[in-house]
Amino acid sequence: MSEGISQPDAPVVREGRAKGDLFAKFDDLIAMREGLLASGVEDPFNLVMEKVLSPTRAICNGRETILLGTYNYMGMTFDPDVIEAGKQALEEFGSGTTGSRVLNGTYQGHKECEDALKEFYGMDHAMVFSTGYQANLGIISTMAGKGDYVVLDIDSHASIYDGCAMGRAEIVPFRHNDIEALEKRLKRIPAEAGKLVVLEGVYSMLGDVAPLKEMVRVSKEAGAMVLVDEAHSMGFIGEHGRGVAEAQGVLNDVDFVIGTFSKSVGTVGGFCVSNHPDFEIMRLVCRPYVFTASLPPSVVATAATSIRKLMHGSNKRAHLWENSRTLHKGLKDLGFQLGTDEPQSAIIAVIMPDLTRGAQMWEALLKEGLYVNLARPPATPANMTLLRCSLCAEHSEDEVTTILGMFERAGKATGII
Amino acid sequence: MDRAEIDRRIRDLIEPFNKNGVTITDATTFQGDLEFDSLTVMDFVAAIEDEFDIIISMNQQAEIETYGQLVDAVKKLVDAG
Repeated sequence: MSEGISQPDAPVVREGRAKGDLFAKFDDLIAMREGLLASGVEDPFNLVMEKVLSPTRAICNGRETILLGTYNYMGMTFDPDVIEAGKQALEEFGSGTTGSRVLNGTYQGHKECEDALKEFYGMDHAMVFSTGYQANLGIISTMAGKGDYVVLDIDSHASIYDGCAMGRAEIVPFRHNDIEALEKRLKRIPAEAGKLVVLEGVYSMLGDVAPLKEMVRVSKEAGAMVLVDEAHSMGFIGEHGRGVAEAQGVLNDVDFVIGTFSKSVGTVGGFCVSNHPDFEIMRLVCRPYVFTASLPPSVVATAATSIRKLMHGSNKRAHLWENSRTLHKGLKDLGFQLGTDEPQSAIIAVIMPDLTRGAQMWEALLKEGLYVNLARPPATPANMTLLRCSLCAEHSEDEVTTILGMFERAGKATGII
Repeated sequence: MDRAEIDRRIRDLIEPFNKNGVTITDATTFQGDLEFDSLTVMDFVAAIEDEFDIIISMNQQAEIETYGQLVDAVKKLVDAG
């Protein structure tokens, strides 16, 4: 029942493969990609943006394109204060640290960035990683070791599964957002075993939100520690933009909040915030934190500035919610099938009938001047093909209307509506 | 619970997932013969876990390729509980 790479009984080795070519295991995927490209569509996984004009506009393949598939939810990438902070740090501290956080790679800017995070979340400790992927990999693999149990939603992000594999804990998945399935599994785990429940605030494929209030409660009742990945909710959801746990009133019961700088914050990097009194020891025992170079000074300076501005982003948050509601209703009225009945986040997933027609629709939208994300199995739940739209607080009301017109024309041209 | 009883109960549970009506022996494989995808695996495992009040972690699932291995693994978990 292994979920590893599919290995048929007698693997079909492509003609011309040298004996011992380890790439042979990817022959199915290579054939699928070639088939898709042979049908004439532009390669959805090889788009180059030649010029970026703003958080919502770029030149792609020579065309001016509205961006509706970035995670630039709060539009911070071109904020003048953020850019200025980055330039100043680049000039004063240089282009990179060339060292680990625990050796020569912690500059003033890294501490200031961690201070901004502690203030943003109102928590005692913050630890900045080089990417969000490494934050999950590091915290999960270090907290849950051999003999411990990680109980996670089956639709969890790859970085969560990879963290489990690296830590060699027992992995116990439960059906997506199913409170009862979580509770049952927690009760069956030996009482004396260490337990970490890993949840996400917003699940990025369908843009749906987790019932954290109930899930955190049942986890705590079972004596488990709780980690919540708020990558897709930071800056936007909750009164102060702290995420779904804040919006549902359970942030204080969460042991670890994981987040990223590559979405609302608008740069790159990852973090964990926690109130646990022993949290600082993580800096010495967490391998994905120790054995990699720290973020460049300009990156932590832009992140810290952006995080501080997000604390006061309530108007932007309100506008982003308006955009999400308008787009969701508009697409629903046009007859598209959506991932959620109501808009729950800044992600709206449009369900395509299959990969071929999804790729055709994706290309038709691109020719209209709109970029969305094409998501396909195995990254998607239930083997769905999705066109994922992620909105930005900088999309204007007019732009959202324009986007709906593009969807209508492309949807009719490809026969999806 | 003896192996025959566990075998009988799992055979009942597998029926709705055996879409092609494959004849099940101890050597039947889940991926090759039954063509289970990851979602089917999750639902099938959940059904077994509920029936026997056990947990089969993904680490344990990775070791199970055939029907016979599944029955043996469940017996071991039931005996340990």
